[in-house]
Amino acid sequence: MTETSNSSTKAQRSPGRGGLSGLLHRHENLRGFLLMTPTLLVMGVGIIAPFFILVTMSLWTRQGFDFDTTLTMANYARTWNEPIYGALLSRSFWISGIATVATVILCYPMAYFVAFHVHRNKMMWIILMTLPFWTSYLLRVFAWKVILGYEGVINSGLMAVGLIEAPLEFLLYSQEAVIITLAHAWAAFAILPLYVSLEKIDKSLLEAATDLGDGPVARFMRITLPLSLPGVIAACFLIFIPTTGDYITPALLGGPDGAMIGNFIQLQFGPVNNWPMGATLSMVLMMWISLIALVFLFITRLAREKIA
Amino acid sequence: MSDLSYIKRPNRPLQIYAILFLVVLYLPVLFIPLFSFNDSVYVKFPLTGLTTKWYVELWSREPVWNALWNSVKVGAAVAVISTILGVIAARAITRYRLPGKNVLVTFIMMPLVIPGIIFGVALLILMSRLGVPLSLFTVTLGHLIVCLPFAVATLLPRFEGFDKSMEEASADLGENGWWTFWRVTMPMVFPGIVASLLLSFTISFDEFIMAFFLTGTDPTLPMYIWGQLRFPQEFPSILALSALILFVSFFVVFVAQYFGRRGLESDQ
Repeated sequence: MTETSNSSTKAQRSPGRGGLSGLLHRHENLRGFLLMTPTLLVMGVGIIAPFFILVTMSLWTRQGFDFDTTLTMANYARTWNEPIYGALLSRSFWISGIATVATVILCYPMAYFVAFHVHRNKMMWIILMTLPFWTSYLLRVFAWKVILGYEGVINSGLMAVGLIEAPLEFLLYSQEAVIITLAHAWAAFAILPLYVSLEKIDKSLLEAATDLGDGPVARFMRITLPLSLPGVIAACFLIFIPTTGDYITPALLGGPDGAMIGNFIQLQFGPVNNWPMGATLSMVLMMWISLIALVFLFITRLAREKIA
Repeated sequence: MSDLSYIKRPNRPLQIYAILFLVVLYLPVLFIPLFSFNDSVYVKFPLTGLTTKWYVELWSREPVWNALWNSVKVGAAVAVISTILGVIAARAITRYRLPGKNVLVTFIMMPLVIPGIIFGVALLILMSRLGVPLSLFTVTLGHLIVCLPFAVATLLPRFEGFDKSMEEASADLGENGWWTFWRVTMPMVFPGIVASLLLSFTISFDEFIMAFFLTGTDPTLPMYIWGQLRFPQEFPSILALSALILFVSFFVVFVAQYFGRRGLESDQ
């Protein structure tokens, strides 16, 4: 209060610095926020406004080709009561969960290798490991379709060698195909946080453990693994959350058994043409993701307190 | 740091694992160029012969060129805008002690972790409610949301490692704010800007899910590929197109990463 009155009297005294520019000159924070304005504006138009309209529409219902704009929880009730929605959601979480665990386990040794055993050209290794991630997701999934297809690389290769008589049908259009592709496509999201947390570990701790008689396994279990847990947790989040809503992979490789909630959401905006239901499903997906994330955080915090 | 012999000692199994990991990481993508030179409509082994006819055929396709041009337009616009917004944000975040800074950064980074489909449908609903027809502009807006986190993440370390006293020295020597920015700040963050431009362009160029929901009548290149995937007889041409896109993407990203990390590494 005193500050504002103070500044207003000052503004009156120096007319050259009056008004907005005077205010900005004195308040650094305000200048910072002003500088942020364009960025925040774009994010506002691109994120906040769509989010509010998404929430609103999720409370509407479809009426013929139009919407009934009375607010109702009817769609939410449907997602709760009709088993298909629950089944699709749990399948999505199951597929992403398996893909997440597989990716983190497979990437951990790799991140460990670069953090502890690569001494020259570390940057080169990191670029090499993350490079594919920057290229088209669509094309990487397409590549797996080429590999797993009915007459794809694996089937035609095995047949050419004479190992199998007929193509293996389970390769394409299955949950396994989706899991393999997701794990492969999101590897970079696991490697980077794992690498960062492993790289940060103070090497003298390992030395101390060795001096005190710990073997390699005990050293890893008691020092390296616990200290890299934040990286593991970050990796899990970074893979699990985006993949639950994935559309391309299940659409190209999942078939009916591998369809996920993302495909169902798309259907509502496409052929089914029930936008409010699509909005509701998006909201439900986000709520479940937040809930799972919170529970996960809670468990890891509990586990860490137990260890400490 | 003392010599840690047990860490320095090469770990053979781990080395082999690392090599295998890289092979598996790159192998799937390598099948695309391999089959794009195969002289058969069927994408399968054994390969029947070497040909470049799919590339030749691609060259004469009008829709491919249109889609390419659309993608380049969107990508260039997204790269420039998201880099400018990223510079501004990174500057504001590092230069001023903003209250709630962490909240702001988290907010900007949000699109990284939220499933893209949710942003796609939410923007679609917004545009249709506002009566804005879907076009390359709506795609651009969608891509901006996707690319901004990457731009900020690329630029932030640059601005964070920035020595404020340099700017103060410039100001003391009589430069005004604008010239200080151009002559002192800019050159120091320049590699970050190049990296941000290149990465944003590539991400936008390859982005699918936003374009999927927000494209009007002009398809971007990934949308064109998506449309062609329904026709098995188009597979070889799409493979050729994909091979070209992958090659360019790898090259651009490699340059971007090199630029983006090089200076940072030597600073430390």
